[in-house]
Amino acid sequence: MEQALIRESTGRQSPTLVSRRVSRDNRQTVGDPFVADPRMTCRNVNVYYGDKRAIKNVSLDVGRNEVIAMIGPSGCGKSTFIRCLNRMNDTIEGCRVTGEITLDGQNIYDSGLDVVALRAQVGMVFQKPNPFPKSIYENIAYGPRIHGLVDSKAALDELVENSLKKAGLWDEVKDRLHEPGTGLSGGQQQRLCIARAIAVSPEVILMDEPCSALDPMATAIIEDLIDELRQHYSIVIVTHSMQQASRVSQRTAFFHLGDLIEVGATSQVFTNPLHELTEDYITGRFG
Amino acid sequence: MTPNANGSPRTIDIVNRSLARRYLSERRFRMCGLAAITASLLFLCVLLFTIGKNGYTAFQQTVIRLDVHFDEEQFSSQDLNALDYQDLIRSSLQRLFPEVEDRSEQRMLRALVSSGAAFQLQESVAQDPSFIGKTIPLWFPASDEVDMVMKGHFKRTAPEEERPINDLQLQWIDRLAAENRIAFRFNKGFFTSGDSREPELAGIWGATTGSFFTLLVTLVLSFPIGVASAVYLEEFAPRNRLTDLIEVNINNLAAVPSIVFGLLGLSVFLNFFQMPRSAPVVGGLVLTLMTFPTIIIAGRAALKSVPPSIREAALGVGASKMQTVVHHVLPLAFPGILTGTIIGMARALGETAPLLMIGMVAFIVDIPRGFTDPSTALPVQIYLWADSPERAFVEKTSAAIMVLLAFMILMNSAAIYLRKRFERRW
Ligand SMILES: Nc1ncnc2c1ncn2[C@@H]1O[C@H](COP(=O)(O)OP(=O)(O)O)[C@@H](O)[C@H]1O
Ligand SMILES: [Mg+2]
Repeated sequence: MEQALIRESTGRQSPTLVSRRVSRDNRQTVGDPFVADPRMTCRNVNVYYGDKRAIKNVSLDVGRNEVIAMIGPSGCGKSTFIRCLNRMNDTIEGCRVTGEITLDGQNIYDSGLDVVALRAQVGMVFQKPNPFPKSIYENIAYGPRIHGLVDSKAALDELVENSLKKAGLWDEVKDRLHEPGTGLSGGQQQRLCIARAIAVSPEVILMDEPCSALDPMATAIIEDLIDELRQHYSIVIVTHSMQQASRVSQRTAFFHLGDLIEVGATSQVFTNPLHELTEDYITGRFG
Repeated sequence: MTPNANGSPRTIDIVNRSLARRYLSERRFRMCGLAAITASLLFLCVLLFTIGKNGYTAFQQTVIRLDVHFDEEQFSSQDLNALDYQDLIRSSLQRLFPEVEDRSEQRMLRALVSSGAAFQLQESVAQDPSFIGKTIPLWFPASDEVDMVMKGHFKRTAPEEERPINDLQLQWIDRLAAENRIAFRFNKGFFTSGDSREPELAGIWGATTGSFFTLLVTLVLSFPIGVASAVYLEEFAPRNRLTDLIEVNINNLAAVPSIVFGLLGLSVFLNFFQMPRSAPVVGGLVLTLMTFPTIIIAGRAALKSVPPSIREAALGVGASKMQTVVHHVLPLAFPGILTGTIIGMARALGETAPLLMIGMVAFIVDIPRGFTDPSTALPVQIYLWADSPERAFVEKTSAAIMVLLAFMILMNSAAIYLRKRFERRW
């Protein structure tokens, strides 16, 4: 019976109503981790910190123009996983990644692939806003400048303006572009970081708990922004707030102790989880 | 004391009881701190006061006015450089004291004026030939004994045989003073001339230029080496046995007594590479060995204090490792690196022992003009003067210490200023 259910749930059509959930002991992914036209694909990804295996055999797709949320108890490997997608884990000593991750069909762990180019295509926004201790303008202009995206001052000005507009920050900072970015409020700083990521025209934006250091007002603004950005980018967001995941994302992936336990449409995961662990987590039985 | 509803004592009462004791121990701790600061300030004051008291007179100099007659015939017939200027001084003195006829007394009379007077005379004539044919009143440095008497460093009441100046000379000095022929002048020569056997002629300019050349070599070598090593070790090198070993060795190097570096310089730079003795370039090399571990350690600490979030931010927008370091990490670490460098340089400026080993302790009169000219350094000059028997060198020693301290204060203030100027918040 349980076997049948797994097969059914991993099929393309999601079950409308499940009477019995997959047992807690099952560590296989339930739900559908794959999409029809993926931007990024992950297959059998394992991440080790030294001998410790922090991500276990995870396979997952990131679709186009979608927001996919990663949820799970803290320490389950959400950050570790998201950092694989732009090879930020390379900077951690002793961290090893196996398996295959592709961006537009190209393996990003290929020895021939330049990590600098990858990070220009897969931008990242961090938990704590981390603007450079430079002017607002310089914060945005830095990425385009090192990648040689623009060839004139006017074009750079325009790019800065557009990026700030997309991040919904332009009106607040247009008169103080040359003041330090660190002088902005926390929410503004985080939007500045988003604008900085957008400025290099990435295809995917990774966000690791982007609102955890912000107040509810600033959080609401960023959530609206994420919804708008979806039109141009694929967004992977880690969040510890289930409300946030349900508000901003189309798909949700639930991690537990390094395993990807369940993936599915956000509405389904939050209303009708297929796995007992998912249910435990969203009903607040652990966290 | 009102107990709780459940009968146990309230927390606030327990806290209040221990509060007095806590405040007392805090007060005691603060008193200890204050006492420590007072003691160190006191030592510093005593040190500075002694040096100042001994040394301030060296910035003044006793001068004697003589009327020099530039005989037209003598000057027109001969080459200006070949004249006997000593004789001009002698005859000027003779004219002031015509009654002194005994040869040994004449010699005593001449001893009142510094032997450098003749050189000074030669220079003034060369500068202004219009003197020729006239009798001009000119000021000349007095000899160091006269200087000491005038400054009160020799007791006039002491028995004659214990004085470097006898009663006759004292009479002459008094007569000169009565005629307003003795005065104090600002001792410009102390800042513009090199070392000399005559205390009244000795200056620190030679040692200062020597120190300058030496430190320039040190800075040019140790700053790039130190910063590059710090950046490589902190940002690029993998953490393994080898880098651990290197780290331990760098820390050891920073703690090695400086004389060891001097011995190393002697055997490697002088004996093996046959580099010139007493040269600032060798001094600079030796001090580099001593200074760059300090710069590496300060540099690594500064790099470490740059928050990792800045590195992540730069890497996140696609900066390469190199760009991350050069564009973001180094500028933020720069104030710290700079402070470390200046403090290292200040230490190098005060270093004596290794320079003794490579021969920068020689007696050198000429002002060095380059990195390979024989020279000495400020702290070595202090050492040399402190070792000299003449009473007049005592004040010179203290004055040179003051100059060295002034440079130190200047460098350390620069470190503080630059730190404040470049420090940025994040
Ligand atoms: N740099 C690291 N070195 C060693 N272990 C790490 C490191 N970073 C994370 N881990 C471990 O990997 C696991 C997953 O961590 P993380 O991805 O940060 O979890 P999450 O973001 O879901 O809270 C945790 O058990 C954590 O202790
Ligand atoms: Mg995390």
